Amino acid sequence: MNDFFILMKPELMIVAIIFILLFLKLGKGLSNNSLLLVIQILLLWNFASGFLMNATGHLFNDMYQTNAMMSLQKNILNGGVLLIALIFTEWFQKCEHLSEFFVLMLSALLGMFFLISSGNLLMFYLSIELATIPVAALANFHLDKKVSSEAAMKMILSSAFSSGVLLFGISLMYGTTGTLNFAAIPALLDGSALQIMAFVFLFTAFAFKMSIVPFHLWTADVYEGSPIAVTSFLSVISKGAIAFVFISTLYKVFQPYHTIWYSMVMVLSIVTMITGNLFALRQQNIKRFLAFSSIAQVGFILVGISSNSIQGTTSVIYFILIYIFSNLAAFGVAGLISFFTGKERIDDYKGLYRTNPFLSWILALSLFSLAGIPPTAGFFGKLFLLTSGAATGSYLFIGIAAINMIISLYYYLRVVRAVFMDTNESPVEKITIHPMTRIAFIFCGAGIVLTGIMSWLYDSIKALVN
Amino acid sequence: MNLLILILVPIITALAVLMMRNNNLVRWTAFIGSGIQLLLSLGLYYAFNQARAHGETSQMLFEQKTELFKSWNISLHLGVDGISVAMILLTSFVVVAGVLMSWKVEKMTKEFFFLLILLSMGAYGFFISLDLFILFFFLEVAVIPKYLLIGIWGSGKKEYSANKLALMLMGGSALVLLGLLGLYLSAGKTFDLIQLSQIQIPVRTQMICYPLLFVGFGIFTALFPFHTWVPDGHSSAPTAGSMFLAGISMKLGGYGCLRVATYLMPEGAHEYANIVIVLSTIAIFYGAFATMMQTDLKYINAYSSVSHCGFVLLGIGMLTKVAITGAVMQMVSHGLMTALFFAVIGMIYERTHTRQVNEMGGLLKVMPFTITLLFIVGFCSLGLPGLSGFVAEMTIFMGAWEHPDTFHRVATVLACMSIVVTAVYILRAVGKTAMGPLKEEYNHLTDATWNEKLAAIVLMIGILAIGLAPGWLNQLVSPGAEVIMQKLK
Repeated sequence: MNDFFILMKPELMIVAIIFILLFLKLGKGLSNNSLLLVIQILLLWNFASGFLMNATGHLFNDMYQTNAMMSLQKNILNGGVLLIALIFTEWFQKCEHLSEFFVLMLSALLGMFFLISSGNLLMFYLSIELATIPVAALANFHLDKKVSSEAAMKMILSSAFSSGVLLFGISLMYGTTGTLNFAAIPALLDGSALQIMAFVFLFTAFAFKMSIVPFHLWTADVYEGSPIAVTSFLSVISKGAIAFVFISTLYKVFQPYHTIWYSMVMVLSIVTMITGNLFALRQQNIKRFLAFSSIAQVGFILVGISSNSIQGTTSVIYFILIYIFSNLAAFGVAGLISFFTGKERIDDYKGLYRTNPFLSWILALSLFSLAGIPPTAGFFGKLFLLTSGAATGSYLFIGIAAINMIISLYYYLRVVRAVFMDTNESPVEKITIHPMTRIAFIFCGAGIVLTGIMSWLYDSIKALVN
Repeated sequence: MNLLILILVPIITALAVLMMRNNNLVRWTAFIGSGIQLLLSLGLYYAFNQARAHGETSQMLFEQKTELFKSWNISLHLGVDGISVAMILLTSFVVVAGVLMSWKVEKMTKEFFFLLILLSMGAYGFFISLDLFILFFFLEVAVIPKYLLIGIWGSGKKEYSANKLALMLMGGSALVLLGLLGLYLSAGKTFDLIQLSQIQIPVRTQMICYPLLFVGFGIFTALFPFHTWVPDGHSSAPTAGSMFLAGISMKLGGYGCLRVATYLMPEGAHEYANIVIVLSTIAIFYGAFATMMQTDLKYINAYSSVSHCGFVLLGIGMLTKVAITGAVMQMVSHGLMTALFFAVIGMIYERTHTRQVNEMGGLLKVMPFTITLLFIVGFCSLGLPGLSGFVAEMTIFMGAWEHPDTFHRVATVLACMSIVVTAVYILRAVGKTAMGPLKEEYNHLTDATWNEKLAAIVLMIGILAIGLAPGWLNQLVSPGAEVIMQKLK
């Protein structure tokens, strides 16, 4: 019983916060502003305690397992949610159903925690549903906007489809191996055609969730239609969680199929990078632009995943940590401008520097980090992904990835150019930034610069990876 | 001497610039910071010579090593030899002059100086790092400041030029990255330059990685046919931007070609030497003839930079000690000379608001100081004895002549002949600008201000010090070249 509380601490914390929010909602005593402050404090407490008392072990017949690396992964996601709660402060203050929003978001987060910790295919399926369905409800949170409902509809249909594929894969897997337990599966993999088909179905479900090309078509529409806080949750937290699970599933459970999934990952990575980049070149809406650029980023994560080594796992975790800072900052600036002025086109960003230097610098810093330009941490993140991919992979593959870095630089610079160089007769007016938002931005900026320079961070992540 | 200070001073200066409240303070902070850096570089030169005089024979001096990313075997490994000291001296001279020449920048002054200093930080870091990963880091640090400097403060079709420059240089970096990864993976998982130089890198790897690294760095230093960013980038950049681009940034490439590609991969260097020589001879000739057709002063200097940087690569491709020494001297000399050239063009443009040679004339009467400088840099560019250009180019030719075969001879003779073409375009441009009747509207023009004079004097000191007494530079550089040659044999 003691184990239960210690091992499941991260999940229990989230459950506790969800219950607190529900009680506060019942009481109806709090205004939005103070409720938000309570939420922010709770999330900060949750994030801080995530560093403490992390244990290793398993529960419920190996259904649930945890170790230091998983605790770290969960806490990275905790930090991301905290940043979202801070960055979009003003949007939340005006939000009609604030506590519901966070109840849904934290439920999804809870699902991701279980997903990371799952040790059994059934548990895996349940938690992936828990991580998806609340997000679809969140996507619909602009209750008065048609695009928002459309986004939610698209999301729920595509998730339902991918769940179906996943379940089919799971049942085939059970049929050929006779077990659902992750620990028992590797020994039972014999390479029969049916089993490989089961594996491909499982793989496809992951590809859906991570929006790997050709399973990416829902991404841009959902990102564009959802409220921007949800978009950033989807593109950063959700994607990060799936990447964590994807890598550990491939490395642990499907290690015997290494040669099979290596070529799958490589092909998908190349296609994903190229498609994401080429589509991002042509986007005018900043949300769609970031959506396609995040698809391209997934391609880079796949390069790291393809390496099948401890360095690969470490560099993916490291990259996602940096990616959270950079992408949240970019989405934060876009969301702030969209909230205050309704402007979402890249052309509207022309001359932004004259009116909003702080936001411009944060945006530039995050875009440089996404493009992988030093001295931002994105440089180190991307380089380590490529290096670990090159250590075991084909050289041509890394060459294609390097070419894609140049293409991506072109479109990131397009935004930088609009912000700093172009002139505009009616630029975005001066936006007064809420102190909480400013703190979050400064935190993101510091993260973008310091994560790379504090090189021991990488080594200490590596020490946790097993 | 602790080399880390060479990176820290620019960082502190850049941060201090951001803190300053008004433009005047910003300028003075940048000036003082770069001035301190100049003194430190001179101090480094002195300390280096002292150490050598006291019989310090190790290849790199003032070495220090701090582990950064242990799992990748990356460490902040710093150290200098004569070649790096020469490049650091060049950088600090050009930076001071560049800061002084930007005294009149009124648009976003703070950001301008911040980016200038950041760019110089990249160059200093590049020249002192002995770990290839860190070296690559600093190489890329310098790209974005260039992009913003051209794009925001530039003139003409600045967006196009800035984009072209950033993308081409990033393309170069991507090739360098692939080459470095190849070295890292096939040679014992280390990025350390010294360790890599001590192991025999497999010949197959060299055959793949040498072209990657040489072309990658070559793009930075206008290797034909990847020189196309040079004219656009230089002509669109603000004065200090052009000075930094031609004076410092292009030298990063030459240094990389020499230190990383040629030094680490001798078999590759021998294998591809002929191609390098052919390409650099084409660059020398093509650059010179292309300059003949230009009427814009900045384009003239930009294309002549292509030609002059061709000499650097030619010297490296010749693979003899004297030629490599000459290549390094050419880098220093061309850096100083071209920076001064761009400074003078900036002074003229600021007053006449044109860079077209045909629209000027007789300017010597109204701005004697500036135009005298123009004469001097012109003569330096065409290789007049007594100035730095002659010394450097002569050394390269001497080194090249050591090869007895026809191929090398022909290349050398062709390269020599380009000097005649250089004389044609330089004399024509300088003559048209300085001589002839003075136009009405230029009657009121004033001569250089104190900051411009000081900038010019700083650079002139460098040019004359090399031109009149080249011995010190030769002694500084040639032991470094000797080490490279030992590996090449």
